[in-house]
Amino acid sequence: MIIGLDVGGTYTDVVLLSNKGIEKKVKVLTDPSNLFASVLSGFTQILGTTDPNAIERVVISTTLTTNALVQQEMGPIGMIVSAGPGINPNFFCTGEHYYAVSGSINHRGREKAPVNKMEIEEIAKKLKKAGVKYVGVVSKFSVRNPSHEILIKRILNRDFKKIFLGHHVSGNLNFPRRIATTHLNAAVFDLHKSFFEAVKKSLAEKGLTIPIQILKADGGTMSLESSMDFPGQTVLSGPAASIMGAIPYAPANQDAIVLDIGGTTTDIAFLVDKAPLLEPLGIQRGQYKSLIRSLRTDSKGIGGDSALRVNQGELSIGPDRQGPAMAFGGPVPTPTDALVVLGLMDKGDPEKAKEGIHTIAGQLDLSDIDAAEYIFKRCCNIILKKTFEMIDELNSQPVYTVHDFLEGYKLSPRQILMLGGPAKFFAKKIEALYQIKTIAVPESEVANAIGAALARTTCEVSLIADTEQGIVTAHEEDFAEPISKTYSEDDLIETAYTLLKEKALNSGANPENLEEVEVVEFQKFNIVRNFSPRGKIYRAKIQLKPGLIKGFETILH
Amino acid sequence: MLKALNKTGLVFFPAFDWAIDPTHPEREERLLYTQDQVLEEGIFDIPGIIEYKPDLVTAHDIQRTHFCVPDEPSVTTESHLISAGGAKAIANAVMNKEVKTGFALVRPPGHHSMRVSHGGRGFCHINMEAIMVEYIRTQFGVKRIAIVDTDCHHGDGTNDIFWHDPDVLFISLHQDGRTMYPGTGFPGELGGPNAKGSNLNIPLPPGTSTEGYLYVIRNCVMPILAEFKPDIVVNSAGQDNHYTDPLTNMNFSAQGYAKLTSLLKPDIAVLEGGYAIEGALPYVNLGIILAMAGLDYSGVVEPDYNPEKLKQSVSITDKIKKTTDQINAYWQQRHELREKSGKPGELMIRHKEVFYDTDNIFERQKEKIWICRDCGGSFEIDSKATPGNHILGVHIPINACKACQEKGYDFFERADRTKYDRIYLQDRPKDQYEIK
Repeated sequence: MIIGLDVGGTYTDVVLLSNKGIEKKVKVLTDPSNLFASVLSGFTQILGTTDPNAIERVVISTTLTTNALVQQEMGPIGMIVSAGPGINPNFFCTGEHYYAVSGSINHRGREKAPVNKMEIEEIAKKLKKAGVKYVGVVSKFSVRNPSHEILIKRILNRDFKKIFLGHHVSGNLNFPRRIATTHLNAAVFDLHKSFFEAVKKSLAEKGLTIPIQILKADGGTMSLESSMDFPGQTVLSGPAASIMGAIPYAPANQDAIVLDIGGTTTDIAFLVDKAPLLEPLGIQRGQYKSLIRSLRTDSKGIGGDSALRVNQGELSIGPDRQGPAMAFGGPVPTPTDALVVLGLMDKGDPEKAKEGIHTIAGQLDLSDIDAAEYIFKRCCNIILKKTFEMIDELNSQPVYTVHDFLEGYKLSPRQILMLGGPAKFFAKKIEALYQIKTIAVPESEVANAIGAALARTTCEVSLIADTEQGIVTAHEEDFAEPISKTYSEDDLIETAYTLLKEKALNSGANPENLEEVEVVEFQKFNIVRNFSPRGKIYRAKIQLKPGLIKGFETILH
Repeated sequence: MLKALNKTGLVFFPAFDWAIDPTHPEREERLLYTQDQVLEEGIFDIPGIIEYKPDLVTAHDIQRTHFCVPDEPSVTTESHLISAGGAKAIANAVMNKEVKTGFALVRPPGHHSMRVSHGGRGFCHINMEAIMVEYIRTQFGVKRIAIVDTDCHHGDGTNDIFWHDPDVLFISLHQDGRTMYPGTGFPGELGGPNAKGSNLNIPLPPGTSTEGYLYVIRNCVMPILAEFKPDIVVNSAGQDNHYTDPLTNMNFSAQGYAKLTSLLKPDIAVLEGGYAIEGALPYVNLGIILAMAGLDYSGVVEPDYNPEKLKQSVSITDKIKKTTDQINAYWQQRHELREKSGKPGELMIRHKEVFYDTDNIFERQKEKIWICRDCGGSFEIDSKATPGNHILGVHIPINACKACQEKGYDFFERADRTKYDRIYLQDRPKDQYEIK
């Protein structure tokens, strides 16, 4: 059996799945000041009298690191960055203990200026004096040649608890994001480690000794052990959990939209043949941009509890939430109240709901029912408008080859999957308004926990082979091997598969779930000097796609 | 925090699957290292820098500028349509005021393509900037446009296309034609009889460094632009003046390019040549992007940059000053030069030979134009290519006066169909293209 647990802002949802289906589901209130207690209480309730030895898999998704990031509750972190030519690295300052140092590597991975050992030693002294325990080291183009990061780490090693290197974060180019992501990993490490060690200990006391898997923002899982090097990857795993929970109901060989209607916001994501779309580089939320692999989601500030107002005859919905719906004792009318007035939702206090909608109706000069209907329609319109904007944006992504320009994939979803409390009401309405097949995902209120439970391990490997320099590298994996002049594309893909499998198994993947491998990028170039060919550069990125573990999908139907 | 002072649009289309041939300078990875540098710097994450997808130009877009012989599909590949489409996408973004300024980093290049295009010359088949300029004039009704071509090679294609156009000021800075392809672009090449002085060619001696380039920009280009008062400034941003370029002999630098850009303040820049793909392009392009966006570019320096080694000699400085004075004098005399070049109502004839080095075609042209004081004047070009076709192209300029419009139709109607493989009419006021 499998346990999936998702700590959300309001509730912690837990499910127990067997090969027969959902055995048990539990909802406990989340205590934001004590997430550990919430997790523990979730486990205690879901386990009940179940034999812990019958549990084969445990996946946890929490808001621990997200909260730390939002509230800026992070310890002092030392950052040492070496930039070389380009934009002034002080623009990417992460805080007090940030040092831009000498040393430069170019785009081909060639050293252009050396590291200054004395300079690093001086900084080490200052950091130590300031009580810094964790340090991030990032150099520009370190994904092409990490030697400067490694050398700086060697100089620092004795004096600090743990040192995070930029080239381990991702194989993608983006120096500012590499700095931000390395900093995040260093900054949440302590919190993440103590939290999960406590969880592991408590679960062991309950007899649950199997390895714990942790959900990442890309909708995949990683083992507790591998999460220690990249705790930042757990940021925003919540929205990912829900989207993964919709996958069992998604159409094969088709594009689909996932809408998760919450209290304050609606999350929007897309599936292509049951696989979620990913951010090209990593999580971004406003000004915060990282290299953390993530599902491509966006949210609109509209949900069941959005505050309704009328200004000069115009209805506005959200983006704020003043409390629950009036039907549930809240202070201001909300879309949920409209659903109650329309007789769709038979929960809460209908009199209170009517009272709230009545004030809106008065200002709009409509009857209560017409006003409720109007509010409901407007909500659907706003959510769908944002969704269509996202599709347009996705379809106008720049491409870099003639082939992609002419043959590029166009996202054209024919189906909507809805999650969240009011999903079933919205599904019907949207289908009627937009003539798009729309279904409310069954067990929608615990879809997030189901998504976490069934998510498989994901990972990505980036490789570069340079036959002129005679080397194939995947610096993110600390991999480098000499190659001959005749090294081919096929050789590169084979090396890539081997590395990806190894990485997946180290992250706790089940060998049965290693088939969904996809070549995400492949490029091939000639190196020419003085008009004659000198060799070839191959670049490849392959991934284990986000998706569900085998054998459990059908049980939910 | 980093934020673009000028909202800047970028089209990046490196055409990673297109080359003239595998070891040709104009090959797949020309912009690979530029892309690496731009991505590693996180350029597209900077607020105020927006990446656009290239558009695709249509046959009609090309027909405003070129007589493609025998037709557009025979002269172009998809890559050309996307590259020109990149410039068009940037033009739309700038003209619709989505951004203040824009840079199309596209390839293949275009500035050696002339009005008649029988094929490829100087790595170019169709002219990206010219197609964009004609698109802007038709779509947005812009009247005065200046094109400043800073590629190391004379922008002879653009020069040819706007040769008779007094509303488009074309200025080309390039390595002296006696030492460099295509061997043209001397100060006396000032434009057709109706547009004398609206084409300015500034040849620079081999070994010109940053100092020399910026001298010309400050003392010649900027004052002339100030007098011409263009509605839009376009920069044909070739990057082969760089001190490491394998095809040229100049000593320009990434810092120099960035400074040139911040002085010139082009509304739209379009990439042209530049073949030092590892040592120069990544830094030069980064410098130009930052300068356009109004960001600090002082850190954009080639790893092997040594300004002492790149200093230009005193004799080069003198030569540049002389050329600049000469160009300024021509500019001041432009009205008299036009008066002197002929009487209104006269028919002027010009013979011209064009060699297409990329496709090995030789072309002979005979051009007839009516002298006019009210507009650029309609003209016809009799063009015979070997190997190739014999065609006649008639052009009626966009701002043509009524008389010249009629004269254009007269050219077209009188043309003898038995003499030519094809006869084309480019009617810019009506935005029509006819073939008979």
